[in-house]
Amino acid sequence: MTEILIDPITRLEGHGRIHIFVNDEGSVDHAYLQIPELRGFEKFAQGRRAEDMPQITSRICGVCPMAHHMAGTKTLDDLFHVDAPSAAKKVREMVYDAFMIEDHALHFFFLGGPDFVVGPTAPKAERNILGVIGKVGLEIGKEVIGVRKQIRDLMIDAAGKAIHPVFGLPGGISKPISPELRDRFVEGAAHAVEFGKFALQIFRDVVLANQEYVDLVTSDAYTHRTYYMGLVDENNKVNFYDGHLRVVRPDGTEFLTFAANEYLDHVAEHVEPWSYIKFCYLKDVGWNGFNDGPDSGVYAVAPLARLNAADGMSTPVAQEAYEEFFSTLGGKPVHFTLATHWARLVELVNAAERMGELANDPEITSPDVRTIPTETPTVGIGVVEAPRGTLFHHYETDERGLITQANLIVGTQNNAARIALSVDKAAKALVHGPEVDEGLLNEVEMAFRAYDPCFGCATHSLPGQMPLIVEIRRLDGGLVREIRRD
Amino acid sequence: MSKPKVAFYWCASCGGCEEAVVDLNEVVLDVVEAVDIVFWPVAMDFKVSDVEALADGELAAAFINGAVRTSEQAEMAELLRRKAGAIVAFGACAWLGGIPGLANLYSRESILEFVYGGSPSVQNGDGGVPQELIDVPEGRMTLPHFDEDVRTLDEVIDVDYYLPGCPPPAGLIAQAVMALVEGRLPEKGLVLAPDVALCAECPRAVTKPEDLKVARFYRPYEIVADPETCLLAQGLVCLGPSTRSGCGAACIAANMPCTGCMGPTSRVIDHGAKALAAIASLIETREPGEIAALSEQIVDPVGTFYRYSVPASLLHRRVGTKGGTATEGAVAHPAPTSTTGGES
Repeated sequence: MTEILIDPITRLEGHGRIHIFVNDEGSVDHAYLQIPELRGFEKFAQGRRAEDMPQITSRICGVCPMAHHMAGTKTLDDLFHVDAPSAAKKVREMVYDAFMIEDHALHFFFLGGPDFVVGPTAPKAERNILGVIGKVGLEIGKEVIGVRKQIRDLMIDAAGKAIHPVFGLPGGISKPISPELRDRFVEGAAHAVEFGKFALQIFRDVVLANQEYVDLVTSDAYTHRTYYMGLVDENNKVNFYDGHLRVVRPDGTEFLTFAANEYLDHVAEHVEPWSYIKFCYLKDVGWNGFNDGPDSGVYAVAPLARLNAADGMSTPVAQEAYEEFFSTLGGKPVHFTLATHWARLVELVNAAERMGELANDPEITSPDVRTIPTETPTVGIGVVEAPRGTLFHHYETDERGLITQANLIVGTQNNAARIALSVDKAAKALVHGPEVDEGLLNEVEMAFRAYDPCFGCATHSLPGQMPLIVEIRRLDGGLVREIRRD
Repeated sequence: MSKPKVAFYWCASCGGCEEAVVDLNEVVLDVVEAVDIVFWPVAMDFKVSDVEALADGELAAAFINGAVRTSEQAEMAELLRRKAGAIVAFGACAWLGGIPGLANLYSRESILEFVYGGSPSVQNGDGGVPQELIDVPEGRMTLPHFDEDVRTLDEVIDVDYYLPGCPPPAGLIAQAVMALVEGRLPEKGLVLAPDVALCAECPRAVTKPEDLKVARFYRPYEIVADPETCLLAQGLVCLGPSTRSGCGAACIAANMPCTGCMGPTSRVIDHGAKALAAIASLIETREPGEIAALSEQIVDPVGTFYRYSVPASLLHRRVGTKGGTATEGAVAHPAPTSTTGGES
């Protein structure tokens, strides 16, 4: 037995490592993805004022703070038994769409995209945003930065801050949208729709036109037949802000639907001694280990899962892209993990179009954005679709509205078991014998990078590649070989 | 002449400080033009060994965000201290402990108990929790140890400068980086932000009464705040009087009160105690029963006044905490004001 330790994986929030056990025949017995991270937000939330939760929980992740802020705000509506005015809900959704646009764009151009635009086996020094710019041109690089700035400025002006927003309150939002800001949202949405179309065209030109990449995306090493979950609206179309949960089977048929406040009936967390992350599974199926297929409760969330779980997109350009996605990849559901990159761009267009619809809604500038709660808070449960998947917040309080219990299930936790499967499978397909080269490392990384995992949230920000150290040790701990990707 | 070398590193943080650097947008290009970034794990491929290979003091500056809660983070902080001429504690967590520092209100054991046992969605029949040493069928694995406490950066290493905020405002980041790059070193120990209270730059200051008194405190959801008037004057607990300026009153621009993420001014030792004193001084009545009733309206004093600064406070953590009752964190009282050296 030889052990290969990939440690540290630095483009993760906190710390991640992959521990690979290679047997004497040279094949992989098991590859474990370990998440050695725990901060205890749920515990120190106890005793806090409920209304502070959207601001406290945003500090779980400074890359997707809007997701936690919005899930928390919706949970407060439920907790205080108050219905926010229609205009407030529309503003929340519009701002949330803005967030989805910039976050998805960041992943495609800065993190996931380089593997394709520059190439999975390109020189490692070029597999980053600078390599992308080198490939597609400086003008496009400036456009990426420009769109991101434009959208984040809108978030700041509507929500107070882009990093750790403050505008969410039970029963509404703290500030209405001015006509001037509305106009900027309209412009931003139009710009983002064109940008999204352009990104889709890059994907077609770079990935779909290259048979080698198509083979990679559709290869068995990156394929799992699991259940898929996502929020859908009343027409079963993808929605990021609100709706009900829909789960489809590995064959694509509807398995169940449920409201957010029923999540404990359907979602449970499994504990393993070798990772601090908890692994979600479908209670209706049960935990049957790290396996895919209809008898395993392992499921996926996030862009690929959302498209699989829905019947379509709510807006026209995104719907076209959705249809092209499934017709190209052989129909629903798509089980290819790497296709998540494409699904992400379909969602980017949808978020941009939806933001435009809401910005053009005459009600969006209504000053009526608050309903004052009058009832005693008890229990609240809320959900949104974070860029990285379904995000549940659940608070219970005493009669003063102080948190007595908080439970959070974040996007990547839903995906944790499938990500573990993906890393294991990719390692088994790619690692043969103790001699591994640098080229392998990027392909193992690609197995989880497609998920845009939230333990990597902290690192969604800048160009660069993932530094890796692989140490190959004998069972007695002696170092056989160290491989560094510099 | 070679460009000055700088390093960025992060400890127990959320990634918001990294995003704040990206949010410099085109200014980032000026920074990259002016310095050599020789270590930035989240963005670049340099290794710990590359830092180890530097001569002591070779880095002009290292910017470290996040509080410290593992031995690995402490070791990295110590390494960067040796290599860097200047250490900048970047953001509220590195300076004061930040929101994750609220974990110091609870014991490490009670956190593990809840996360892997008490949480309503956990199905954990045998009650096992993640282990630092684990035997799996294929062999042995490890997980790192988590310290009992969240510590501020300057509890671990000597810190030269502090950049406040959650996250630090873009303008302050750009100023700080360029000042260090150009060798315009400020006085050691300085917080690189204006040393006046937020009220001084608040656009609503003109509506703040000279002799402001509060007859009732409101929670943010209980009233629709007037968008022009001083929030304190409307009975909302705004920490503007006790919090450092430099953020452009971003939260107040969204019609929400300041929660203190910029930390205290230089004249204050314990931010929470100062904030408590500042609010308490607004209570008009001198009748003990009425004072008590008004105090009751501030239902979570520690979370309200010490939201970003429990580890940096005089108490540092709640002591003697056992188990994980719901009220454990709620009843923690802030440091007695008599022990603070603060004045306004």
